[in-house]
Amino acid sequence: MNANVRRLARSALLILAFLSALPLLGATAKAQDISAAMAKFTADSYSDTVAAIGEVASSGHPRAAAIVQAIQDGKLEFDTASKTVAIRTATGVVDAATGDALATPPAGLTPVRANNRVRSVLAAALGSLTLMSPNPAKRLEAAEAVFKSRDQGALATIEAALAKESEARVRSAFEAARAAIVLHKADAGEDARLAAAAVLKARGDQDAVATLRGLPSDTPKRVKDTAETAAKAIETSLAMWASVQNAVYGVSLGSVLLLAAIGLAITFGVMGIINMAHGEMVMLGAYTTFVVQEVIRTHAPGLFDWSLAIAIPLAFLVSGAVGVVLERGIIRFLYGRPLETLLATWGVSLVLQQTVRSIFGANNREVGAPSWMSGSFELGNITMTWGRLWIVVFALAVFVGLILILKKTPAGLQMRAVTQNRAMASAMGIRTPFVDALTFGLGCGIAGIAGVALSQIDNVSPNLGQSYIIDSFMVVVFGGVGNLWGTLVGALTLGVVNKFLEPFAGAVLGKILVLVFIILFIQKRPRGLFALKGRAVES
Amino acid sequence: MIGYFLKNGLDARVRLALVVILAIAVLVPASNLLLPESSPFHVPTYLVTLFGKYATYAVLALALDLVWGYCGILSLGHGAFFALGGYAMGMYLMRQIGTRGVYGDPVLPDFMVFLNWKELPWYWYGFDHFAFAMIMVVLVPGILAFVFGWFAFRSRVTGVYLSIITQALTYALLLAFFRNDMGFGGNNGLTDFKDILGFNVQADGTRAALFALSCLLVALGLVLAAAIVNSKLGKVLVAIRDAESRTRFIGYRVATYKTFVFTVSAMLAGLAGALYVPQVGIINPSEFSPANSIEAVIWVAVGGRGTLVGAVVGAVAVNWGKTWFTGVLPSFWLFALGGLFVLVTLFLPKGIVGTWSEWRAKRKATPPSDAAPAPAE
Amino acid sequence: MTEALAANALLYLDDVKVSFDGFKALKGLSLTIEPGEMRAIIGPNGAGKTTMMDCITGKTRPDEGEVSFEGGSIDLTKLDEATIAELGIGRKFQKPTVFESHTVEDNLYLALKSDRGPLATLFHRLSGAEAARIDELLATIKLTARRSDLAKNLSHGQKQWLEIGMLLAQEPKLLLVDEPVAGMTDAETMETAALLRRIHESGKSVVVVEHDMAFVRELGVKVTVLHEGGVLSEGSIDHVASDPRVIEVYLGR
Ligand SMILES: Nc1ncnc2c1ncn2[C@@H]1O[C@H](COP(=O)(O)OP(=O)(O)OP(=O)(O)O)[C@@H](O)[C@H]1O
Ligand SMILES: [Mg+2]
Repeated sequence: MNANVRRLARSALLILAFLSALPLLGATAKAQDISAAMAKFTADSYSDTVAAIGEVASSGHPRAAAIVQAIQDGKLEFDTASKTVAIRTATGVVDAATGDALATPPAGLTPVRANNRVRSVLAAALGSLTLMSPNPAKRLEAAEAVFKSRDQGALATIEAALAKESEARVRSAFEAARAAIVLHKADAGEDARLAAAAVLKARGDQDAVATLRGLPSDTPKRVKDTAETAAKAIETSLAMWASVQNAVYGVSLGSVLLLAAIGLAITFGVMGIINMAHGEMVMLGAYTTFVVQEVIRTHAPGLFDWSLAIAIPLAFLVSGAVGVVLERGIIRFLYGRPLETLLATWGVSLVLQQTVRSIFGANNREVGAPSWMSGSFELGNITMTWGRLWIVVFALAVFVGLILILKKTPAGLQMRAVTQNRAMASAMGIRTPFVDALTFGLGCGIAGIAGVALSQIDNVSPNLGQSYIIDSFMVVVFGGVGNLWGTLVGALTLGVVNKFLEPFAGAVLGKILVLVFIILFIQKRPRGLFALKGRAVES
Repeated sequence: MIGYFLKNGLDARVRLALVVILAIAVLVPASNLLLPESSPFHVPTYLVTLFGKYATYAVLALALDLVWGYCGILSLGHGAFFALGGYAMGMYLMRQIGTRGVYGDPVLPDFMVFLNWKELPWYWYGFDHFAFAMIMVVLVPGILAFVFGWFAFRSRVTGVYLSIITQALTYALLLAFFRNDMGFGGNNGLTDFKDILGFNVQADGTRAALFALSCLLVALGLVLAAAIVNSKLGKVLVAIRDAESRTRFIGYRVATYKTFVFTVSAMLAGLAGALYVPQVGIINPSEFSPANSIEAVIWVAVGGRGTLVGAVVGAVAVNWGKTWFTGVLPSFWLFALGGLFVLVTLFLPKGIVGTWSEWRAKRKATPPSDAAPAPAE
Repeated sequence: MTEALAANALLYLDDVKVSFDGFKALKGLSLTIEPGEMRAIIGPNGAGKTTMMDCITGKTRPDEGEVSFEGGSIDLTKLDEATIAELGIGRKFQKPTVFESHTVEDNLYLALKSDRGPLATLFHRLSGAEAARIDELLATIKLTARRSDLAKNLSHGQKQWLEIGMLLAQEPKLLLVDEPVAGMTDAETMETAALLRRIHESGKSVVVVEHDMAFVRELGVKVTVLHEGGVLSEGSIDHVASDPRVIEVYLGR
């Protein structure tokens, strides 16, 4: 890409001769005649075309922009025999110089051809021509084009445009473009060039770095050094922003992992039940959201923004109920036989998937985002969607809520008592089977809630759960079994590590690396990051 | 020494199974090749291939039973070893295509030409030689299992933790093999095979021979596995399964034993994969999917873990059921499979063969006769 | 000075400290077992007796302190369980652990002293001498009649004996026996004491952990009392029984 920019810049310099004739706007009196230039288009040679574009662009002719744009669009046509140059429009053919419709266009009209050189000249010409466009977006675009081409001939135009410009964003683009030209202008005087370097530094992006670094070797040392320092400063800040972005996206991914894993941290981490159908509990939550939205769409479209809020308790109930049935119906007969539990719950996961597939079909289901979750916002150099931000908030809220339930409520106390010492808890009059079912249901219900959130960022299909199950286990095991805080740290760490690996390794390889890392990690610390020591975990 | 070792494997149940398997290995190809199609005893070629596939699954199940049934290692990633063996065979078959590919490149397989590769990656060297490919069929899964086991077992990762990291292992391989730049055909895998050792892979004769070979592999695997479990080493494995730390305090290096049996098992799985590929005609990354590996576990559970013959019975039974269901009620198969997982773990923990032999042992044991008084010292 | 002490000892523990999540199970335990000695160790629940055995057999790594074998020449804290077992330290667990789905006979067969490598066991063939040794052991632990029964069908006491039999089969130099008579009748307890004495008389060193005072008295050897992770008292059974600190620990106040 950089090479392209450079080639463009070089071509732009090549046609400097033509464009340097670009007069100040307003001084147009004698420049109105473009017939000589028009004739050149009929010669059908690239160098004539280049010359003609330069002349048209610098003519100040009212139709100059239309003509240059037509070449760009492949709509400018010529006929050598009749010396006609015309523009093909949607309705017919008009004379290029006057804009009048041609009643009988010559039969031999062929489009003016363009090669790379022509195209680069075109871009620069269009840039200068649109600098004065009444449309601010066009002006901005033009300023960027000049910035990239550093076309010295455009300096006067830029300055004129700058003087008139009132919109801040366009203004700063003009200033940057002007600075790029001045910095590269050998006769601009050192102080002016140093000031230009400072302006570019303030712009602070990769293009500014390229401009600062692109100075020819005969540049005075002071200018060159200042430019280099500025480029370095920009690069440092860019690298910093890249890290911040990785961290932010990593936290976002981590919060998704946290959501997926947090229910498992209870069923597997606290209770020691290996539930391979955990992902399906998430999936059920996502489908609950889908059903809620369908009902709202048909019966009460006004409530759509509330759909997720309605879906959350329902998803908790649906997945939680399935969890309780699963625990009472199957898992309790398999306590103390983890491998059998693994197989039986895997079977349940297949049944749940197939049930959902039979009811809702195998295809992805559309779950919409409420208005407050759609769109995005900018944070410095980073773009973040509202949906992602809400998921981070939501994941943390679920986490805190769960901790509070476990630590502060009587039910939570009973759950902890039963998982720590079943016999003792039962002797103290706690109904352990009831608590088991409740705890397992809680874990599954939370998975359902996670499904509501994940329906916003993932395809809602019967396979939704499968893509999370391995990740979830990795998070829980990595964080340390039986430790909710470990799960939090584990999820965020894995999310961030994943995002930092992605730029180097690509998404898939990054994921493989993370998996391999966890495998190696588990072998070093089989009990996870925050291992509980002691007798309880040995059995 | 080896003779004694192998003879040890021939207990009554294994002998019976061998007779059945070898009879099938002869009769099915014979009926396919010798009887006219009109004969009611003629076995059509598609069935020969289907049964051949079952046979390779049976070997995979045997391999799994060796580690799970006897050593308590529930591997949820054995499909990975099967697939690696399959890929090694697939690479040989790809190289046999030669100029008959779509692009007609004498050396490069089609997908490499398609990706604009100019030369064969180094890890494809040698796969045009059958012997080399066969060595890789056992070596690649074996080395992976050895390295993985070495790390996992030495750091005493056991139980569900081990199961989950084996699952992660095959999942990581799945992702890796999906990548085009791995050089294994990416998504599409390896396919369009032409011939094996000069014989057309589509020909009836080749298919019959592959079937017979698969049966032979089942028989050999059975004898080998039985010899292992009946040896003193086999008793150590069971000891590890029942009381790992006790075994350690008696002086056995548990990690070494586990690594040994895990590696042997992976090699067996690799061989099974190698015979699978020419019969089904394709190998692609989906063979690495965790669901495949865990499905193999249910074959063993249905047949009866820790019985070897049960693994073979289970693999054939479940896959026969799968073929039947997907023909008659395709959407019902996952319900049936899921239900099987639940029902077998709840109600038939010993599997078909285990339950049957328990029942027979009970019948023999009545009337109770352990009234013999202990001789006084 | 400690080296001189260690040099004559078969087993030498000096200032061993172990903690679990901040809980100090052993707080500077020191103990010396001479070659050919039998020692009884008593102490209330949680005194650290089992933890001490864990340190000797490589199950638990001490945080601090020295654990050495054979005159201080072998540092046990650096070795794994299997290596320590092969050096000649055998252990019977507090909770009897035998191989439940093996027969009584096979339990002994696995424990017999022999090459522990996988290739050796893969091609191993039961020799006449080994068969004879198994018969002999079966007779010693009075399980000849149950030889082909699965170990899981034995009674609790029989499992204890089987485990002692397995210990003998290993032919260790030092036997660590954790609560061998728990769950036994009085007669069985006395028989076990006699068996342990015979083992001792055959030249082996034995460390017996036990709560049962009658049993310890029956053994008639030097007694070490552990309390809260350290040695409280040491000497003959009569000596420790009259030690006021021991009385206080056992009877309270
Ligand atoms: N792995 C462990 N994790 C945490 N605490 C432990 C562990 N092992 C032992 N302890 C603690 O260390 C202390 C000493 O335990 P130990 O088993 O050595 O006692 P003991 O003397 O053998 O008692 P008993 O007579 O009941 O067998 C106990 O308080 C026990 O709870
Ligand atoms: Mg104890």
